[in-house]
Parts: sequence; structure tokens; C-alpha cells
Amino acid sequence: MGSFQSLPDDHQYRTLSLKTGFSLEQIAILHNRFKQLSQNEETLRRDDLKTIQDLESNPIRYQIIEAFFDRRNFQKDGVGSVEEIGFEEFLTVMSYFRAPAHHITEEQREEIRRAKLRFLFNMHDTDNDGTITLEEYRHVVEELLSRSGALGRETAKGIADAAMLEVASISVGPMAPDEFYEGITFEHFLKILKGIEIETRMHIRFLNMDTAVFCKQHSV
Amino acid sequence: MELKMFLLVLGLLVGTGSPDMGSSQGKCSESLVQGPQTQENRTHTTHSKKPFPVLSFGYDYVRLPFEISLWVLLASLMKLGFHLMPRLSSIVPESCLLIVVGLLVGGLIKLVGEAPPVLESNIFFLYLLPPIILDAGYFLPIRQFTENLGTILMFAVVGTLWNAFFVGGLLYGVCQLEGHRLVTVDLLSCLLFGSIISAVDPVAVLAVFEEIHINELLHILVFGESLLNDAVTVVLYHLFEEFSSVGTITVTDVLLGIVCFLVVSLGGIVVGAIYGILAAFTSRFTSHTRVIEPLFVFLYSYMAYLSAEVFHLSGIMALIACGAVMRPYVEANISHKSHTTIKYFLKMWSSVSDTLIFIFLGVSTVAGPHEWNWIFVVATLIFCLVARVLGVVGLTFVINKFRIVKLTSKDQFIIAYGGLRGAIAFSLVYLLNTDHFPKRNMFLTAIITVIFFTVFVQGMTIRPLVDLLAVKKKQETKRSINEEIHTQFLDHLLTGIEDICGHYGHHHWKDKLNRFNKKYVKKCLIAGERSKEPQLIAFYHKMEMKQAIELVESGGGSKLPSAMPSTVSMQNIQPKKPPQDRALPQLSKAREEEIRKILRTNLQRTRQRLRSYNRHTLIADPYEDGWNEILIKRKKMKELEKKISQMNNYLTVPAPPPDSPTIARARLASDPQAWGLKSATESIPSIKVDLASPQSPESVNIVDEIGMKGSQPKVSEEGGGLTMKVPSPTKPRKDQTTDEDNDKEPQQRLMRCLSDPGPAAEEEDEDEPFLH
Repeated sequence: MGSFQSLPDDHQYRTLSLKTGFSLEQIAILHNRFKQLSQNEETLRRDDLKTIQDLESNPIRYQIIEAFFDRRNFQKDGVGSVEEIGFEEFLTVMSYFRAPAHHITEEQREEIRRAKLRFLFNMHDTDNDGTITLEEYRHVVEELLSRSGALGRETAKGIADAAMLEVASISVGPMAPDEFYEGITFEHFLKILKGIEIETRMHIRFLNMDTAVFCKQHSV
Repeated sequence: MELKMFLLVLGLLVGTGSPDMGSSQGKCSESLVQGPQTQENRTHTTHSKKPFPVLSFGYDYVRLPFEISLWVLLASLMKLGFHLMPRLSSIVPESCLLIVVGLLVGGLIKLVGEAPPVLESNIFFLYLLPPIILDAGYFLPIRQFTENLGTILMFAVVGTLWNAFFVGGLLYGVCQLEGHRLVTVDLLSCLLFGSIISAVDPVAVLAVFEEIHINELLHILVFGESLLNDAVTVVLYHLFEEFSSVGTITVTDVLLGIVCFLVVSLGGIVVGAIYGILAAFTSRFTSHTRVIEPLFVFLYSYMAYLSAEVFHLSGIMALIACGAVMRPYVEANISHKSHTTIKYFLKMWSSVSDTLIFIFLGVSTVAGPHEWNWIFVVATLIFCLVARVLGVVGLTFVINKFRIVKLTSKDQFIIAYGGLRGAIAFSLVYLLNTDHFPKRNMFLTAIITVIFFTVFVQGMTIRPLVDLLAVKKKQETKRSINEEIHTQFLDHLLTGIEDICGHYGHHHWKDKLNRFNKKYVKKCLIAGERSKEPQLIAFYHKMEMKQAIELVESGGGSKLPSAMPSTVSMQNIQPKKPPQDRALPQLSKAREEEIRKILRTNLQRTRQRLRSYNRHTLIADPYEDGWNEILIKRKKMKELEKKISQMNNYLTVPAPPPDSPTIARARLASDPQAWGLKSATESIPSIKVDLASPQSPESVNIVDEIGMKGSQPKVSEEGGGLTMKVPSPTKPRKDQTTDEDNDKEPQQRLMRCLSDPGPAAEEEDEDEPFLH
């Protein structure tokens, strides 16, 4: 995937830094982590991520892992998914979790917001048709409740239906009985999540600190 | 007109009350008159027989409760009065008005010649303060509190320390410089005074901030600070008070003071947490004695406060910890009625306390021994304000380095401006021993001046300033299911990313805590099935309940159609099924009407099983049983409706479901025909009721008798299945039947209902009139 030498190259780092916004130290640390996960190979595969123990208890681990291999997250018009990623793609996905800088304009903030919400949207819209259909939404809720056994599965449908109804009510308003609501488009998605300040909530703290990062290196 | 009546009543009350006022100092002339009379009577009984006293006057007997009730009545009437004058209450915050009333009452009492009562410190700390703090702690928004905990602690601890030393030190300097009268005030006294006056008061903050509705971040910052600085105040107070007699402070004392601080705060929290867990555990077993559930909450919290006070730990922190710890578990266990009771009792007590405190503050101002010293008082005021501003600005500068959402200068201004002082400071000064602190009266005067200034000037001007500065206000948005789903999703996502990075951050530990909570703690403290219920489902149930209650309270649908526009229904989002081949004979219109008539008459013969009256159980509340049954009924109705609609394309007036003992027994809130109309959606004006679990023994009983077709799961799970419906007009069926049964079932059901003569014959009770 990426043309990457095994030795950290300052020039490479700099281009990455410009592209993703991370500082050079952060890139170095994340690179170490990447090498750890991929067992010193140049590319990362799904199985490498699956071996992380802490992820086992996470109900949406498959979606998270998928997000790393989803071409839509690498560049604007990517389609489909890949089998393995290089460090550049890894870093690109990670950059979605940086907090916005303090002094930015309203448009920049809005742009960052859209980018992050697009990331979330892509995680839900698995067939990449631009809408989150009822089935896909149901799947999301089922995954969230996947650790609750039978009770979870039954209510998941109900919750997803209720949520869908709410989106439709908010986005489209009153609908005649014959009309059909195809699914949540990206614009509707933006609308319903207006209340959550995504740009500040969707961040990992340590990715912001320019000082020495506390990064636990434990055996994968 | 009502205002005049009200003022008249008030005047009468105060008039009758004033001769009897005064806690310990007041004299009761009547009782004195009584005294000698009885003595005379006794000496006379040997000689002549007195006529039997038909009407006698014995005030002493009821004196204390009478006076207390009179004061509380006065306070409540005051509160009532203010809201009759909307224009006044929009300009002046309630606390100011109450202090003014207190001043008036105090003045009146003094005119009469009695000594007005002073706000006794132990009454304040033991009876008036706990309800307010418990109310705040129980309803503390945990999420925002923990997110901003670092900031709050910085303000509370470092800010208060800074304030105390700045004010104390500078005042000492002023005293020394001033010369003749003030030079006797030594450093320790000044520092003690500084520490008392530096603490932001939760009562005053609550009273003012509640009315201005600023955004949650600022609210929690100022409020959290006012709660947590109690530990600092307690430690500093005791430290300086102890050593003022000795006269000097050494380094070891300072170190001990720091240790003491940690002990006081952490100890208070631990005590509170222990009581909270006890309360949660107790609530697990209260399913048979629902009536006293609220009592446990109150008692355990109060005990936590008192226990902390025994060891001179921070009672306020204990109370907050107790309320915050017990709340999620208690709410899962108690009935919905108990939850409402707790909420309203807490609000009521804290409101009364708050009113009484401010009135007494006014009365005490008139009463208390004053010593006015221009320089001291003015210096105190200026130093307090300056210290606050400097403290906030300085701390924010440091804090912003660690915050993602930075505090703007507008925020800083509001935080500084919101640093109100109140009755706690007053009571603490009042407790000072005059022997050790000869200048206590001067302190008292200075404190009262500062309190008046902050409450009146800052309290009154903060509202227009908030509007002027366009500070973000509280958003009155209902939390939607979508937000909840995505918040949870985001939490898991962030935890996952942290794990991929290999970084044990904030989300990782939060996730671990949640999992620990779910695995061990919830099993212990929550009764029954609720212990396994994931948060999303609990939230969903809560929402359902809320909407069901709204439906019932709005009259069960008869009033709805005109008010609500029709919105989205299930048909709009479900993918259209291919038209089913009409294997079933189409029902003629006449047949349909017949079915509907039969079902309607079934519903009209509603019965309500009355429980035998028992003083220890509440009478069955129609609504509490009503909505459970309404939910069941709606569910069945929708199932049937769906089936009929599939045969008939679109049904406007669905038939209610067929025989079900509960339906027969249920009390409808309105005409059955209205049931079919498009009912509650999000556009219903929401009733802001926080609800606990719908699961109560009553609901379980009902579930037992339904005999739901095709459902085998456990009763309690069925209870969960019951409430899993969103009140949208046509909803897909739940777990019950699969799609294949779809076609067969409706036919069977219709057949059954056609042959059904009426409600189940096992009803033994008499008919209940059909209630609206």
C-alpha cells in the first residue's frame, strides 16, 4: 500500500504530518504501535486487529475493524474495502479522532464536523448506497445490544424502528400513508445528530497532546 | 384583587404570629398570666368548687410546633405571593424578595418590642441545609459532573484557598494599617474570616442560577464548585479556630491541615457512598412495601449527613455522594409512584428550606448584634470581589491548557459573577465564640453586607447580563432515542480506538467501570430482571413510559386528533411487502362493522378489580393500572389492526382486540372508538416526569392473566416485552408471531371474536361504570 521504508524517514513523516495534522512525535508513536500490531510487517490485516484482547469485549468491534479497511475513509470518493492497509491509511483513519484546534473559523469547524459524521455514517451504511436503511439501522442496534442475549435481540428491532420513525418525523415531517421513507441520508443524519457536539466529543485525548504521550505498549 | 386579599391574610398572620415569635428569647405573656391563676386555683379548691372550664387556653403545650408551622406557612405564602406578581418576579430574583420580607418581618417584630429570632446555626445545619443539598445531589447530572470534574475541583479547592488567603491576608494588612480600632484583630482571626467568606454558597447559587437557565456547562461548574468547596471550608474553619486560641501555626500544622483536608473530603465521600449502597441494597427488597420506599431514600441520606457531621467530615459531600451513588440502583428498583414521591418531596422540602433560610437571613439582619466599621466592611467587599475575579481568571488560564472545550472569557465572567455568598457563611460566623473572637459582631456585619451585596446586586443583574452577553442558554431538548443510540455507539467506538492505539485512556477506564458495574454491582443491588437490562433498553422503556403516560393524561386519544398532525407511521418506513395473494376471503363491510360493534361492547363492560383497603397500601391508582393495560391493549389492537389492514389495504378505524381478561377488566380512559386514531408521537407536549421501572408487582399480576398467545418467555421478561412499544399508530408486531402466521392468525382471530359472546366469564366483581 504505502511506499514505506522500515526506518522512520523524516520526509515521510513530514508529509504525513501535513496530511493528517498529527505532530511528528505522535506519528512516531503511532508508527510504533502500527509495527507492533502488524508484527513488523508493512501492512496491517484484519486479523492483526482482531488479536487485540481489549477489543474482545467491545460490542461493535467488527464495525470498528471494518472502518479501518474501508476505502471511503481514506479519500473522498473511495469505494469498497481493502484487505490490508499501510501506515498512511492507518494514520488517516486515526486523524478522524483528533479534536479541532482551538482557534478555527466556523466553516472549518463545520467541515470537521461533517468529516467526523461522515466517518460515523460510513460505519453504518455498509452497502454504500448513501442511505442507512431500516435493515442497516436494525443491525447497528442489534450489535450494540449484542451482549444482552435474547432480550437484546427482540428489543433491538423495536428500538431501531422507533429511532427510524423519529428520524423520519424530524427530517421529513408528516408523511402520507403511501409515501415511503427510503432511509437516513447523510443530510438527515447531520440533522438528527445536531445536538451532540461531535467535533469535540469524538476525539481521543492523547492524540492531541504534543508532549510525550502515554502509550501503553503491551503484547498483542 | 387576589393580591389585596393575600396581603390582608399575610398581615393577620404576622400580627398573630409576632407576639408568639422568638425561639428562646420570646416571652409569652398569656402563659405568664396563666401561671399565677392556676396557683390561685389550687389554693381555692379546698374552699370552693370552680365551675368546669368549658374553654381554656393552653398555648405552652403546642407552642413549639405552632411557631414552626407558622413560620413555614409564612414562608410558603410568601412564595405564593411572589408568583402572583409576575412582573416583579421577573426582575427581582426570589431570594432578594425573601430577604426583604425577612427584613420587614424582623422590623415588625422589633417594633412590637419582642426580640426577633436569629437563624440558629444548629437549626440551619441540621434541618434547613440537608434537604437542599440532597435535592441537588440526587438530581446531579452525573455525566456532565464527571466530565468537568477536574475543572470543578480546581475551582473548588485551589480557588477557595486562594480566596481565603487573599482576603484574609489583605484584611489583616488593612487592619494593621488602620490603627486604633482594628489593630486588635490578629492574623488568625482575619484568616478565619477570610476562609468563611470565601466559600461560594450552594443555596444562593441554586436560587439564582435556577431562574436564569444558563447552559449546563456553566451551571455545573459554578454549582459543583459551591458543593465541593465545603470540604475546604470545613478544614480551614476548624484549623484556624483551633489555633486562634493558641496563636501560632507551625509547618506541621499546615501539613496536618492538608492531611485533614484529604480525610475530610474523602471520608465524607466514603461515608456517603456506604450509605448509598445500603440504600440501594434495601430498595432491592421493597417490592412488597412500596409505600415506604421514599422514606428509605430520605433516611439513609440524612443518616449519611449526620454520620459525617459526627466525625467533622464534610456532610455536604457525604450527602452528594450518597444521592449520586444510590440513584441509578434505587430508580431501577422502586415503583414509578415512589419515584414521583421522592422527586416531589425533595423539591418541596428544598423549596421550603430555601425560602426559610432567606427569610431568616433577613430577620437575623434586623436582630443580630451589629458593629459597623466602614473601613472593614468596605475593604472586605472589595477584596472579595477582586479575589474572585483574579482567582477565576488565573485558574481558567491554567485549566484551559487541559480542556478540550475551552472556557471563553464570557464563561469566565459568568463564573466569577456567579460566586454568591449566602447563609452558610453567616451561620459559620454566628458559631464563633465571642471570647476568642471579640470582633465577632463586626465580622457578622461584614458578612451580612457581603451576602446582601452578592445576592441583591449580583443576583439581580446577572439575568440582564446573561442576556446582554448572549450567553448560551439551556437547551430544552428532549433526549431522543437516536441521540442515545449514537452516544452509546460513540462511547464504544472511542473505547475501541483507544484499545487499538494501545492507550489506556479515559474511555477505557470508563468502559471497565461500566462493565464491572454491570457484572457485579448491578446484580447485587437491583432486584430481578432489571439487573441485566442494558442501558439502551432501559432508556427506551423510559421513553415509552413517558409517552404512554402522556397518552393517558391527555385523555387517551380523544383529544389528540385535532391537536396532532398526522406524522410518520410504520408503513412509511417499512419496505413495502409484495401484495399478498388474497387467500382469505375479503371481509365485507357489514361483517367488519359487526366485528367492531361486538368488540366495542366488550370493552364497555369494563371491570376494575378493587383491592381491599389497607392503610399500608395505596389505593390502586387508575392511571398506574390503566396505562399498563392500555399498553397491552394497544399492542393487541395494533396486531389485529395490522392483520385486518393487510386484508383491506388501509384501515382507519381499527377494531379493538378480541377477548382478553385484562381488556375486559381494563378501564378505558375514553371512548373506544378513539383508540384507533393516530396517537402519541413526539409532538405531544411532554410531561417532564422522570420514570423508574415500569415493573411493579401490579404489572406482573396483569401479565399473568393475559395469557398472551404464542409467548413463552418468563413473566418478568414479558413485563419487559409489554412496555417495549413506541406509541406510534401502527406498529409492527413484537416477538409474538412470525410472518408466516400472519395470514392464518387474523382469520382465526376474527372467527373467534365473531363467535365470542362477551368478556371472559370468570369475572366475579361487579361492573364498573365506564369511566372517562
